[in-house]
Amino acid sequence: MSGMAASSVAVEHIPRSGVWLAKVVPWIAVAALPLALPGYEPLATQVFVMILFALSLDLLVGFAGIVTLGHAGLFGIGGYTAGILSVHGFTDPLLTALCAMVTAAITGLIFGIAMLRTKGLTLLMLTMASAFLLYEIANKATGLTGGEDGLQGVSFAPVFGLFAFDFRGKTAFFYTLAILFLAFAFLRALIKSPFGWSLRGIRENDARMAAIGCPIILRRLIVYVIASAFAGLAGALQAQSTQFVALYSLSFELSGNVLIMLILGGSGRLYGSFVGVPMFMLAQDLLAKQDPANWFLGQGTILIGMVMLAPGGILGVCQRGVAVIRARRRA
Amino acid sequence: MTTITTILFFGVAYGMILYLISVGLSVTMGLMNFVNLAHGVFAMLGGYATVTFMNRYGVPFLAAVAIGCILVAALGFVLERALYRRLYGRSELDQVLFSFGLILVAVAIVRIAWGPLAQPMRLPDYLKGQVEIFNVTLPAYRLVLVGFGTAVIGGLWCVFDRTLFGARIRAAVDNRAMAQATGINTSRLFAVAFGLGTGLAALGGGLGADILAIAPAYPLQYIVYFLIVVAVGGLGNIKGPFIAALAIGLADTACRYFVPEAGSIFIFAFVFLILIWQPRGIVARR
Repeated sequence: MSGMAASSVAVEHIPRSGVWLAKVVPWIAVAALPLALPGYEPLATQVFVMILFALSLDLLVGFAGIVTLGHAGLFGIGGYTAGILSVHGFTDPLLTALCAMVTAAITGLIFGIAMLRTKGLTLLMLTMASAFLLYEIANKATGLTGGEDGLQGVSFAPVFGLFAFDFRGKTAFFYTLAILFLAFAFLRALIKSPFGWSLRGIRENDARMAAIGCPIILRRLIVYVIASAFAGLAGALQAQSTQFVALYSLSFELSGNVLIMLILGGSGRLYGSFVGVPMFMLAQDLLAKQDPANWFLGQGTILIGMVMLAPGGILGVCQRGVAVIRARRRA
Repeated sequence: MTTITTILFFGVAYGMILYLISVGLSVTMGLMNFVNLAHGVFAMLGGYATVTFMNRYGVPFLAAVAIGCILVAALGFVLERALYRRLYGRSELDQVLFSFGLILVAVAIVRIAWGPLAQPMRLPDYLKGQVEIFNVTLPAYRLVLVGFGTAVIGGLWCVFDRTLFGARIRAAVDNRAMAQATGINTSRLFAVAFGLGTGLAALGGGLGADILAIAPAYPLQYIVYFLIVVAVGGLGNIKGPFIAALAIGLADTACRYFVPEAGSIFIFAFVFLILIWQPRGIVARR
């Protein structure tokens, strides 16, 4: 699509590594959250899981320019892998999470080989169909997945054999936060690497990247597999923290929701997920309880309004605001 | 009625509905390069209009479908002028987000106005029974569906292939700038084509209200089928999607009959294979 180039080149906002304090303090603040807001650990844990999931999507949508409407397929694969392993007695959290990453990566590899040669509508449709396919398989394989009732009887051993998952959700909180931190550090390093820059090049102009000798299909496939692995990891964390795997984790609705969360914060900047996901999930927690119709209406209106008036999400608007203020000061 | 004729007949009827709904999407996507996920919304609204006019005001089935078709076409025209038009040059992602937002708004409005449950489709008596033709008994509703669908499709093909309007659309699909240079008002053409496409979707949604149940989740539930028809059939033409829709209707019906435990797994797998073989659809433009 030719329109892609115009909007997104703008300003790549990646902070320099000098101000490490500013980056560490928010993490410590979040880790101290249970002291300030006791009882909110389960909700916060869900937010961490979705941030990780949205981060993996950002890698595709924001950096590689691969728009997918089937990312939940990989999240669900991870969730079901961890869940099914635990039901069959293999309950170490870290090892099951690793298995979930591997199965999601393999699934992503298989679908990626088939899909990533295509572009535009076909690619969009195939990503959607891939998730529908997985959903339908999970829906019909009731013996393995529990079908529509979801996977029951999921439980995991203590982390490192020391910290048991408690019903107040404290262990799950710190466990998911720690994994989110590690995953973020990895993805940030990946984005800053030459590989990360080649992805942006492919997003902006794949023909030119091919012309300078970049194997674009291979690069797209590699990033798809990495994003799949992290989506699978997020799915596994979801299964571990809620002790349940629902069919929803493979659904088109979830694929759409995670895309909205990412876009709300701002895609292509890694930090967008940290803004968009909490806002979306808090709003959902407040609004959806009353009436799902209002929630859909609000969500849809915001989405349309954002595309029409504020492309770039919340962080994009902030960035433009800051730029305007700076320009005025200089004048 | 033997198994084979049942499957053939039900599959063709289902395929016709899929085609009527999707053909507008194919043309508008080919014309404007716009990824419109919200196309199913117009089919759903057509269905709601049909069911409401029939159940609440006692309008006959086909008349109710026609009213729904006209109302939705008008709505499509207005939406194109007011919103869609502004997003033609934008990135694929923006278009996806916009149309997804439109789906959510439509789902919410429909839910508020008609409630969360599926609308009952009360077919008139003459459509409930069976009809016997050449010693083969066929369900009347699907017979009317196939007959009516064939007539509409025939008319559509005539318009597309034989009229000046059709020629203008084909020209704009092939090369928009060149079409504009020869004096075709492409902006107005887009609006009319969009209205026509949404009207056809409403027609499909209304006629098929007994096959694709009219409920708020409609646009989310069936969008993948409409996109499959367009992607497999090829963008910007009206014959490819016809073949694709019939094939999917037949294959889906057969799969559900012979291997119900597999659901729609085979359909999705099959679509993958086709698009790996022909990424631009079975009737691709050069």
